[in-house]
Amino acid sequence: MSFLTMLPVWVLMTSFLAAMIIFMLPEHRHGLRTTINIVAALIKIAFIILLLRLVAQQYTPEVSFELLPGLYFVLKADALAMLFAGLSSILWLCTTIYAIGYLENSPNRSRFFGYFSLCVASTMGISLAGNLFTFLIFYELLTLSTYPLVVHRGTQQALNAGRIYLTYTLIGGLVLLLGVACVYAFVGDIAFGDTTKMAEFVAREPVSAAVIFLLLISGMAVKAALFPVHGWLPKAMVAPAPVSALLHAVAVVKAGAFGVIRVVYDVFGVALSWQQGYLFVLSIFASFTILYGSWRAIQQIDIKKRLAFSTVSQVSYILLGVTLLGPIGTIGGLVHLLHQGLMKVTLFFCAGNYAETLGIHKITELNGTGKRMPYTSIAFTVGALGMIGLPPIAGFISKWYLGTGALAANMQWVIWVLLASSLLNATYFLPLLHRIWFLPQKGPWPDEVSNQKKYRDAIPLLLIPTLITAGLSITAGLFAGSDFSPLSWVQLIVTREYQP
Amino acid sequence: MNSYLIFSYAGVALCGIGVFGFIFHSHLIKRLIAFNILSNGVFLILVGLAQNAQKQPDHLPQALVLTGIVVAVAATALALVLIKQWYAISQQTTLPEDQEHQ
Amino acid sequence: MMGVAISMPVILPLLGAIISLLLPARYNNRIAFIFMLGLVVNAAWLLMHFSAQGPYQQVMGGWTLPLGIALRIDALAIIFSMMSCVVASVCGFYARFYLRAKQLKQFWPFFWFLLTALNTIWLSADLFNLYVGLELLTFSAVGLVALGQNKHALAAALRYLFAALLGSMGYLLGIALLYAQFGTLSLSQLSDAFSLTTTSAVALGFMFIGLMMKTAVFPLHTWLPPAHGGSLTPVSALLSALVIKASFYILLRLWMALPFGENAFVIGSLMGTLGGTAIIWGSWMALNQTQLKQIVAYSTLAQIGYFMLIFPLFSYSDPTANQYALHGGVLMLLSHALAKAGMFLAAGNLLICTNKTDLTSLAGLSRYRPLNIFAFGLAGVSIMGLPPSGGFNGKWLLVQSALMQSKWVWLIIILLGSLLSAAYIFKVFSYTYLETKAGDKFEQPSAMLEWSALSLSVLSILLGFFSVWVLDLLTLAEMRMP
Repeated sequence: MSFLTMLPVWVLMTSFLAAMIIFMLPEHRHGLRTTINIVAALIKIAFIILLLRLVAQQYTPEVSFELLPGLYFVLKADALAMLFAGLSSILWLCTTIYAIGYLENSPNRSRFFGYFSLCVASTMGISLAGNLFTFLIFYELLTLSTYPLVVHRGTQQALNAGRIYLTYTLIGGLVLLLGVACVYAFVGDIAFGDTTKMAEFVAREPVSAAVIFLLLISGMAVKAALFPVHGWLPKAMVAPAPVSALLHAVAVVKAGAFGVIRVVYDVFGVALSWQQGYLFVLSIFASFTILYGSWRAIQQIDIKKRLAFSTVSQVSYILLGVTLLGPIGTIGGLVHLLHQGLMKVTLFFCAGNYAETLGIHKITELNGTGKRMPYTSIAFTVGALGMIGLPPIAGFISKWYLGTGALAANMQWVIWVLLASSLLNATYFLPLLHRIWFLPQKGPWPDEVSNQKKYRDAIPLLLIPTLITAGLSITAGLFAGSDFSPLSWVQLIVTREYQP
Repeated sequence: MNSYLIFSYAGVALCGIGVFGFIFHSHLIKRLIAFNILSNGVFLILVGLAQNAQKQPDHLPQALVLTGIVVAVAATALALVLIKQWYAISQQTTLPEDQEHQ
Repeated sequence: MMGVAISMPVILPLLGAIISLLLPARYNNRIAFIFMLGLVVNAAWLLMHFSAQGPYQQVMGGWTLPLGIALRIDALAIIFSMMSCVVASVCGFYARFYLRAKQLKQFWPFFWFLLTALNTIWLSADLFNLYVGLELLTFSAVGLVALGQNKHALAAALRYLFAALLGSMGYLLGIALLYAQFGTLSLSQLSDAFSLTTTSAVALGFMFIGLMMKTAVFPLHTWLPPAHGGSLTPVSALLSALVIKASFYILLRLWMALPFGENAFVIGSLMGTLGGTAIIWGSWMALNQTQLKQIVAYSTLAQIGYFMLIFPLFSYSDPTANQYALHGGVLMLLSHALAKAGMFLAAGNLLICTNKTDLTSLAGLSRYRPLNIFAFGLAGVSIMGLPPSGGFNGKWLLVQSALMQSKWVWLIIILLGSLLSAAYIFKVFSYTYLETKAGDKFEQPSAMLEWSALSLSVLSILLGFFSVWVLDLLTLAEMRMP
């Protein structure tokens, strides 16, 4: 096999091998560990760029391996896979740099970075999986590798959060396992993208097919934090900030949303799912979750909790986009997978910066931080405005396509959902911005780190990734029309999807 | 009814006594004796039934029973050693779980 | 050449036992190394011969079949003897560093007898041979449990001995009845002559109950947790990984060899019900334990339940589903052997670190000994049946088989069981993550101990990637498929 065909494996291996080496390193080898982390992340990005060029030229590297008789482990780099893999690889680099700064002088770093890399390896596996079985393997691996990160602090509160996280995700994983097992038992091995077998099955046994769809989507919905199985996400907030960023933007919820996309587009086929009415039901749930998440976000006084409920709401935009039949809605959903990732990671980095530098956790404590930490505050503003959907930030592009997509699919009521949610977004983000920029500081900061006085803002290792992701959020919106933007890649995917 | 069948019935009776003893005695030595009675019962059945089925004497079951007796002796020896050690350590002739019943 | 090779798995460990009894103790470790190496090489040779030329049978000592001792190599035999080779080597290596010199002196003869018995069982093609193997196995296993020398260990050994003897008698009684009816004890001859009559039904009833008692199938399991949880660590690993598999192996052999016809469904469902109860009950009990090794022991109880599900799923309706059930079951047996041994060894290492047996003392260990926790965790992944691992592949095949036959009850039990097992394994995990102010006051186990635990756990994960090799052996062999 040539190097190019094996590329999907190498993409996976960069972070997997990094994880293994980091596990073996003694705790005190901080410098070496940092180097390995960064180098692995850079190599991965290089591989991804190479793959992107290949895929753009209609070439699909694929590696397959017989795991059980008649059951194959398939890694395949198709256009959709590269969307998610590209996002994760870039954000992995940023989050790793951030985590290095965040965890400076704290214990158990070897364990943390090991599982961190393993988590990214599973995310890569999820994005490159070429059939449901492979997807399932990495989906479960993701659960396993994130648990140690969630309980990393080792407090009773963290352990409780970990337990809740596991309960949700393991049950979700089990439901997914059942769904996937049903697909293999009744329909056979389906490569992603080959929807003919499933179409025959739906025609033959519509009820069983609906049950299978339900099982698959419910399994994914747990990680995608769809109402009513979103409960773990706000609880998992006790984890360190880089982990939150990972859960919310890079890996976990994205894996769930990505799974839904795969099931709808590449297992059942979007036209079939629409025709059977599956998508309508899903769109109801997604719309409700959008509104519900925003509503709950307004009630939170803890910054990270508010952001968490905002994620619950925002991820359902992706699902909503998936349910809108027609290329425009699809573009809106898929591109939001990327845009939400960029903006949410920025927001969590900022929340981490406030907490690390000034000890701020509550919204009321934010007053006047704009003067004390201007760069972080600018980044936060970019993220928040993007979430609301203000041009030229990336969030606007997603919402625009979702809206027009809804009109194209003849689902006018979705417009109202989008409008209401934008209003709610504004309600829970604008007061924060008001406090940051326009209200004077109220007394001393809760827990100011004294030795960082020489920096006007957070320490560079925390600040730089924050500014990079904020910058990317703007760039993705400003240059959405260019050839290298997420939007144009998504358009490529969608053209391939709708042109059989 | 022939003489071989009598062996078998006697074997069944011994088995019954053995199982009864095994279950209702908690004294370890008594249990061991019950096991020996049980195994003798099984050997009798093995020889008796086989001879009954085939008209002339069959050497195979006899070989089996000989092996079985050796195994039973070994088992008894092992059990006695363990019981002795147990008595030395705990000064008891029954297992802790069984004491609660009495 | 083949005639010698096929008897080596029995003769070599027997020689090992005798030599380790005769020679001074200081040679024991070297003998162990040489003989173990010989066994591994021999097993590899047998495997090569088998994959090239298929099953092979040999009657020892010049006697003809009904009286002679028949050994045979087929897919199951080769898989299980490879398994016992690997697990026993690592456990022996572990024991070499774990046990004190005095214990080690007593350990080796028992170890070799245990291996003799196991290999006899894997290779025998005759019910009475199997009986002798079972008895030898019981004696050596009970001896190993009693090595603990304390009150608990002795009580557990006695309880185990009595339970096992009762089981053996049931099995022997069954043999007596079968012989009276069919006049043969060779498995292959019996499977041709067999028909289900009152006598043979009673006979099989006794045999099955006896074997289930030795395997510790619910509700005949009460001897297992104290014996497996209370003995020395390498012994626990050997017992849980290999010893219980032996009696189960005979059950499986009987089930595959004897044509039950119509009754297969009823008998299978009955055994499956016991297995299903074992899964739920064992996992639930494991969840409620406060001692580390007891959790692992109760987890074995639950895993035995999974093995029992082979019977209802392998009951003569759909050939593909049957094959899946058998393949899944064999993978479960294999990965459990590797994972449970790895888990017991890792648990033993953790106990060395804390010097206490309860779970709460594990707090902070994941920082101090990450390698041990990793070993425990990898084994846990396989036990829970999460991918990628041998346990997952096994469970996947069982689930497929249940789905194909629309046997929903077993499906639900399998899934529920894996959830419960995740609960008790992560319970252990969460204790190790707890940060306390007390600081680290742990002892350090030797690196050899840590690496042996890790090697078995890693193997149980790797089995997930190389399951095809194992299953190819099974399909390659001419197995008696309905």
